[in-house]
Amino acid sequence: MKVSELLENKEFKCLNPQVGIEGVIKSGYVGDLLSWVMANAGNECAWVTIQTHVNIIAVATLLEMTCVIIPEGAEVEESTLERAIIEDIPILITGLNAYEVCKILGNAGV
Amino acid sequence: MSYELIFDVKRGDFETAGEASRKIKHTLQQLGISNKIIRKVSIAGYEGEMNLAIHSSGGKIILEVGEKELILTIEDVGPGIQDLNLAMTEGWSTAGDEVRQMGFGAGMGLPNMKNNADDFEITSKIGEGTKIVMKFLV
Repeated sequence: MKVSELLENKEFKCLNPQVGIEGVIKSGYVGDLLSWVMANAGNECAWVTIQTHVNIIAVATLLEMTCVIIPEGAEVEESTLERAIIEDIPILITGLNAYEVCKILGNAGV
Repeated sequence: MSYELIFDVKRGDFETAGEASRKIKHTLQQLGISNKIIRKVSIAGYEGEMNLAIHSSGGKIILEVGEKELILTIEDVGPGIQDLNLAMTEGWSTAGDEVRQMGFGAGMGLPNMKNNADDFEITSKIGEGTKIVMKFLV
């Protein structure tokens, strides 16, 4: 599933659509402990996390994730967005919770 | 050694932390190192960088690129680790509440470094500092 296809679902909004949104989401990962995510998340995944500070972009970049999804309407810091634009990582926000996000990804075949 | 990179990391510098790891990754990509090894070095480098920002009084990350191995050294100027065995235990951390809320301090940093490196050595002296040397075979 491409990020652009996920964005066809109106529950999701991309905060930095100027970066590429044609990346393919090959798997998903949910986690807020950054070291745990570093150790276990795969590349080309959609990472669902409630962390919104700039270091999530470092993690997403180093692991070559496809996108970061911030659930439950959490606000993303400006510095995070700036870094995400530089690093070409789409940040998606949604009012859904992490489980509901995963259901959508799973139903789409991710 | 055919190539060496050195980065300074300051304590509490979370806004730019991750910068050294990104540059290391970029360099390794340009050198044509395999993605599998780049991932390992990236994880270990990031954990080291965050440890410097969270726990140390400042330090350095040094990447040496040789023909057969990459050596990643994380060296700080203190305060040193009291009990290395405890520090190497998954889940054990001295990080404060503020950094834990940011998702750090899971007690996984040193184990993540060890798990990703082909060789891992840590030495520490209270009041002097900690030095970690990791080798990755290429």
